[in-house]
Amino acid sequence: MADPKLQFAIFAATGRLMEKRRKAVNAEVCPDYQEMRTQANAVKRHTIEHLDHYLELFERNVEAHGGKVVFCKDAPEVADFVLGLAKERRASLIVKSKSMTTEEIDLNERLEHHQLEAVETDLGEYLIQLAHERPYHIVAPALHKTKEQVADLLTERLGVPRETVIEKQTMIARAVLREKFLAADIGISGANFLVADSGAVVLVENEGNARLTTSAPKIHIAIAGIVKMIPRAQDLGVFLKLLGRSATGQPLTVYTSFLSGPRRGEEIDGPDEFYVVLLDNGRTKVLADREKRESLYCIRCGACLNHCPVYRKIGGHSFPWVYSGPIGAILTPQFLGVNHEPGLPFASSLCGACAEVCPVKIDIPKILLDLRSEVKKAEIREGTNRLERLAFMAWAWVMRHPRLYEMAGMAAASLSPSGDGGGWVRSVPLGIKVPPVDAWLSQRDLPSAPAKSFRQLWRERR
Amino acid sequence: MSREHVLHKVRTALGRSAGQPVEEPPPVRLNVPEAGMEARISVFFERIEALAGKTHRARSLEDARAYAESVIAGRRALASNAAVLRESGITSLAGIESGVTDGAQLRGLAASVACGITGADYALADTGTLVMLASPQEARLISLLPPVHIAVVEHQRLLTGLDELLSILPHPAEQTSSMVLITGPSRTADIEQILVRGVHGPGEIHVVVV
Repeated sequence: MADPKLQFAIFAATGRLMEKRRKAVNAEVCPDYQEMRTQANAVKRHTIEHLDHYLELFERNVEAHGGKVVFCKDAPEVADFVLGLAKERRASLIVKSKSMTTEEIDLNERLEHHQLEAVETDLGEYLIQLAHERPYHIVAPALHKTKEQVADLLTERLGVPRETVIEKQTMIARAVLREKFLAADIGISGANFLVADSGAVVLVENEGNARLTTSAPKIHIAIAGIVKMIPRAQDLGVFLKLLGRSATGQPLTVYTSFLSGPRRGEEIDGPDEFYVVLLDNGRTKVLADREKRESLYCIRCGACLNHCPVYRKIGGHSFPWVYSGPIGAILTPQFLGVNHEPGLPFASSLCGACAEVCPVKIDIPKILLDLRSEVKKAEIREGTNRLERLAFMAWAWVMRHPRLYEMAGMAAASLSPSGDGGGWVRSVPLGIKVPPVDAWLSQRDLPSAPAKSFRQLWRERR
Repeated sequence: MSREHVLHKVRTALGRSAGQPVEEPPPVRLNVPEAGMEARISVFFERIEALAGKTHRARSLEDARAYAESVIAGRRALASNAAVLRESGITSLAGIESGVTDGAQLRGLAASVACGITGADYALADTGTLVMLASPQEARLISLLPPVHIAVVEHQRLLTGLDELLSILPHPAEQTSSMVLITGPSRTADIEQILVRGVHGPGEIHVVVV
């Protein structure tokens, strides 16, 4: 927030994404947009409510096509699997296409710890990896980087001459990454959807790096949360359209890959081995909560981030975990526990924009309210909010005694500073230097106290 | 690894038991509009051009070959084993590699030529999309590694859109390990949201409808 240039860049970028989405879901170009949302919500609800069935169906179909499904309960299990396979196949170089799930489990760090090189290949992710940072946005990870910063980064990390033209920067990355694709032993992708009736992994992208990751190396490993499931290939008719339009305003992204198993019989190219890692890592904990289960319907389009007044102001790195914005505010406490960052569910104006644009209709504001109540209950249990409780007890006591209330009001009015003539106190010169109070007041204008209270006016009228 | 553990946790969370029957999912929702061939072609071309792709309507196979020849302009090219490329004579143009069935050889060629030439199993008019199924005729990398992609589409393969594709091909996995939809040239906007084409895949795409 201390960087006004960055703040402006985030505001402008999310504004452009909002505009693109708005044009793409407009009733003229997409007359059945609302019906598609309703359908997507119903299909996701059904799938999540019967997830065990679809996981097993998916597994059977992957195996029928010569692939293998690996269930993992947490991050170390995923790392162990990948490391074990890499060791068996004597692999040293891994190319990766964008996957929030692998960000969630810090896979790259775990692999590098064992001398395996894992290279991100989505341009934004590659830059983030070079900078040793976390993605700024689900869809646009390097949203916060200027071309000057990219120029410095490329020079510093790759030793290339400084280049500030964006096209040329992109081509530098293309050349470096092309070498990696052709030399890599293993390609690791995420999954936008897992299709149960096909045993297929669906990937959407614009660059072509996910296609390269899944086509060039001999081994393809897709790593996905267990909740990425949809029942049928035919459901893609709704989900692909909603995802592209909601994320970037595209009716379809440039590339959509529907991958089911390794290269078959007479097919000319493609991987010889195909694995799908199905990761729990806290998802079953969310699943057990009937009220908030719908958080797992998310298809990671990022529309709620772009439309969130809080995200647009504070940006992605202000959030405590890999998932930022409104969806991050509901996923983080559910995955990591409400005590992890208890302020998070409160960092929202509950304006409802997130729910309005969510393609699968997750009621984010309602879940935020539930989480707030959980945070408060936990505080009561642990007795960590004594001061707050005391203040509210005093408040309740004053409210129950009308004369006392009136006296308190008069005292407050006589103490309050006079306004600027328009009836507002623009800054509070009260000399209140109590830490939380002065910070609170420094960001707010107060209406100046009226000459007479409501009670006085009421008595005079009678 | 944790197969039983995870499945057990899922069932416990949902209050379900192993093998418990499942109700029917909501009916599939696919809308296939009526559209004549001429209307499809004009929408298809309009969409591709809006994405900065090039289009050509070929009146004959010879015309398709002539267009491909003008795009290749003497550069090295790799053609897939699609019948339409052979029938149109594209595979016998000078400097064109074709008939490759070995994966390693194909990869080496695809990484070094200027143009990749393919057919298309289907095309989707309302989004300007090519649908490529991996097969002995079509390799995955020809439409991906070279900087220029030329696709020759027989007009009867032009569908109205994604919903029609999914209604005639409800189970793509039964036919191929890889179905890819290609909608315009490869692009990125990851640096300052400035559009750059050809980041990893072809930056130039030519679609010929015969």
